[in-house]
Amino acid sequence: MMDRHPLFMPLILVGGVIFGFGLGFSQMARPEVVLTFLTFEDFGLLFVMFGAAVVSGVAFAVMPRIRDAAPLTGDRYERRLKPFDRNVLVGGAVFGVGWGLSGICPGAAYASLGVGNVTILWALGGMFVGAYLQGLWRSRTAARSAAPSSAD
Amino acid sequence: MPDPLVAQTAAELFPNGVSRYAVGGLLVGLGAVVIYVGTGIAAGASTFLESTLSYVSDQSRFQRYVSSRDWRLVFTFGIILGAALFAVTVQSGVVTTSLYQPGTTGRTYELAGVTLWLTDVQPWRLFFGGILVGIGTRIGKGCTSGHGVCGVGSASKTSLVGVATFLAVAVGTAQVVAALGVTP
Repeated sequence: MMDRHPLFMPLILVGGVIFGFGLGFSQMARPEVVLTFLTFEDFGLLFVMFGAAVVSGVAFAVMPRIRDAAPLTGDRYERRLKPFDRNVLVGGAVFGVGWGLSGICPGAAYASLGVGNVTILWALGGMFVGAYLQGLWRSRTAARSAAPSSAD
Repeated sequence: MPDPLVAQTAAELFPNGVSRYAVGGLLVGLGAVVIYVGTGIAAGASTFLESTLSYVSDQSRFQRYVSSRDWRLVFTFGIILGAALFAVTVQSGVVTTSLYQPGTTGRTYELAGVTLWLTDVQPWRLFFGGILVGIGTRIGKGCTSGHGVCGVGSASKTSLVGVATFLAVAVGTAQVVAALGVTP
């Protein structure tokens, strides 16, 4: 494990605390509130998602221009860009069915536990099961597609 | 004096006001910004699921996250801690602000003087929905925080398409489930 700046973990913790407090305050940690948004009874959640994206958008636009590298890691500031392929659509659709059924997404589920909602352990358990199943399947497909080339 | 028609429309679209959502969203964004400014990391919440599985499984898919699994645990612990901090302050009424509307969803209970909250959404919905969330976010390269906050904030086309996809499908699913009479 590489040496990290002594403030690296404390900063991650502080960022997580602010993030979690915000999820509690916005009530996105309550599945009911997410479900009333998805059924068009209360559009307030738009302010959570796009409010957060606007704030982070400023940092993603400004930081690369004013500094070369992050102080605690020395890493370059980059935007969060991921290659587009069919998985984005397939995975997004599967996630959408899950989110629409349960009213909870990963970050909000952690925060939900923090506000006292022990019932959300059902959702967290499910998320680990789902992440494990896809990982098992993808590890096997990766090994299978790697096998012929290593035999050459 | 606001136009009565505008005020009425706003009350219909936002029956709980917008301040709790807007303030909460700003804080969620701020949390992501603190981490990004200090470390250059665009943090997402769902990778934690796979990175934590690397502690107990040798599958190659999880082992690729070994180098980030420790800080992802800290990030998730921070989210739980921050929400707990919200519970002991605002949710418990120790700190009051006109910006926060408590609402009437779910149930509250008291523990050691702290007001805690419980969902009424049925466990089977949470569990099976959770399984699909676990599969979908990992195959789809991100969730509401990775794609929704950091990706959209980066104006990433992949993330915009991802968000549009899961949002549209989630709306459709929630409407169908509600139409079938499943409540809550």
